Amino acid sequence: VTPSPSDRRVEPLLRDLAPQVLGAVVRRFRDFPACEDAVQEALIAAAAQWPRDGIPGNPRGWLIQVALRRMTDHVRSEISRRSREAVVAGEAPVVAPVLDSEPSIDPDDTLVLLFMCCHPSLPPLSAIALTLRAVGGLTTAEIAKAFLVPESTLAQRISRAKQSIKKSRVPFRLPDARERARRLSSVLHVLYLIFNEGYTTTSGPALQRTDLSNEAIRLTRAVHQLLPDDGEVAGLLALMLLTDARRAARTGPGGELIPLDEQDRTLWDAQAIAEGVALVSAALRQGAVGEYQLQAAIAAVHDEATRAEDTDWPQILALYSVLKRMTDNPMVALNHAIATAMVHGPHAGLDLLAPLDDDERVSGHHRLDAVRAHLLERAGHRAAAVSLYRTAAEKTTSVPERNYLMMRAARLSEAL
Amino acid sequence: MKFMLMMNTPRDGYAWYMSWPKEVIEANVAFMIELSKKLSAAGELVSTEGLASPARAKLVRAGKDGKPVTDGVFPESKEFLAGYWIVDVDSPERAYEIAAEVATAPHAGDVPFWIEVREVMGSHKDLR
Repeated sequence: VTPSPSDRRVEPLLRDLAPQVLGAVVRRFRDFPACEDAVQEALIAAAAQWPRDGIPGNPRGWLIQVALRRMTDHVRSEISRRSREAVVAGEAPVVAPVLDSEPSIDPDDTLVLLFMCCHPSLPPLSAIALTLRAVGGLTTAEIAKAFLVPESTLAQRISRAKQSIKKSRVPFRLPDARERARRLSSVLHVLYLIFNEGYTTTSGPALQRTDLSNEAIRLTRAVHQLLPDDGEVAGLLALMLLTDARRAARTGPGGELIPLDEQDRTLWDAQAIAEGVALVSAALRQGAVGEYQLQAAIAAVHDEATRAEDTDWPQILALYSVLKRMTDNPMVALNHAIATAMVHGPHAGLDLLAPLDDDERVSGHHRLDAVRAHLLERAGHRAAAVSLYRTAAEKTTSVPERNYLMMRAARLSEAL
Repeated sequence: MKFMLMMNTPRDGYAWYMSWPKEVIEANVAFMIELSKKLSAAGELVSTEGLASPARAKLVRAGKDGKPVTDGVFPESKEFLAGYWIVDVDSPERAYEIAAEVATAPHAGDVPFWIEVREVMGSHKDLR
């Protein structure tokens, strides 16, 4: 079979329509787990038929109809099962609902679904998998491949997540104003984790995992369109774009990690940088500065330097100082120490690292050793740096990072 | 985060295993099947295998022509891998919990099972 020209359009179209279709079906039938299965079946049917027969005139209506039919079948069989039980128990049989018209589409459905799938009570692995399937429109097989787990395991993870949503009886509507900020922050965190999983291509087929970054950007873009005035949503989207812009320069031909200051900056994606800079600048002008906006602003300062030596480190240091007052995340403290070293010299940075030895969240972390090794190297303490690079290499669980740290130690030790 | 849970055995471990009473073997087999089902249903199982007896293990090196040269395992080797589980979980604590459950597998005698837990390279990192 020769693939028709519509092939390439089908997949993105299905992914965009998935949450709209699911929202429409859930509002009709309520039963989230069963509705989600019905929509997934409709998406799979479309993925098989549309490339062959062409995209229907009303693709969303087509998907909704197929999903509704599946749901009606499901409800009928549930009813006949329960009626049989009711007859035995001497109760009146249940009546099937009548399908009159096509359910209406509500643009907020995507947001409602995200709030549901990223509910703070769900463990991260479950929230990530469910979000990618129910909101992202990815198949179980695609998600399983991206996370390098068997399809059956991932299917179970999704099914358990759906059951726990059903049991918690979270209503299918936007959370009220009181709840909203907290719930939005867990949505953003899940999107951030999906991006990160794709960006840190630490193992497995690199392409598959890069797709996760694209998927995270696409979903965050959708949230930004629905909540254009939320600075943190804009900040996260900007952070993703500004980080992802460096993708082509971040690894060498053998997959080896290239640090920011050694990257070929002509390989950076200028269009993504321009979009990210515009987003974060607009968000910062609106006030209500949040962590994602500050992270994005820092990424923007890096991305705007044509050469590493042109980097405006005093500005980065100022931004990290604001960020450090806002959060007690030790990774921020670590980066603040690096920025301090870039402005005031390695010893000033090393002084700021000392208190982190007592912070159990980071004291055993390879990044603390790696940063200290870097600063010691810059301060001329080469032997100490070599030993700390090796300590860090032994602790990290990222293969490219381990290779980078080992090479750094080897190079420095030969120069001793 | 992925972890490998390893059950190790001394050189004569398999002979000991083969000599268990019938009820204990049955309970052990049922436990292992049930455990796999449970981990899979929890969406945590990546893979699990049991290995054949170290009595059949070979040490292999490349000969001068690149062809394999085989030998039996070293007599001084004390520990052998008997089987493993790879799980994908939200935290190291959850991996330890599963390991503790594995360690309750029915077996003969009163020597406890020790499970070695190792993180698999490639766990994702927080960029911030």
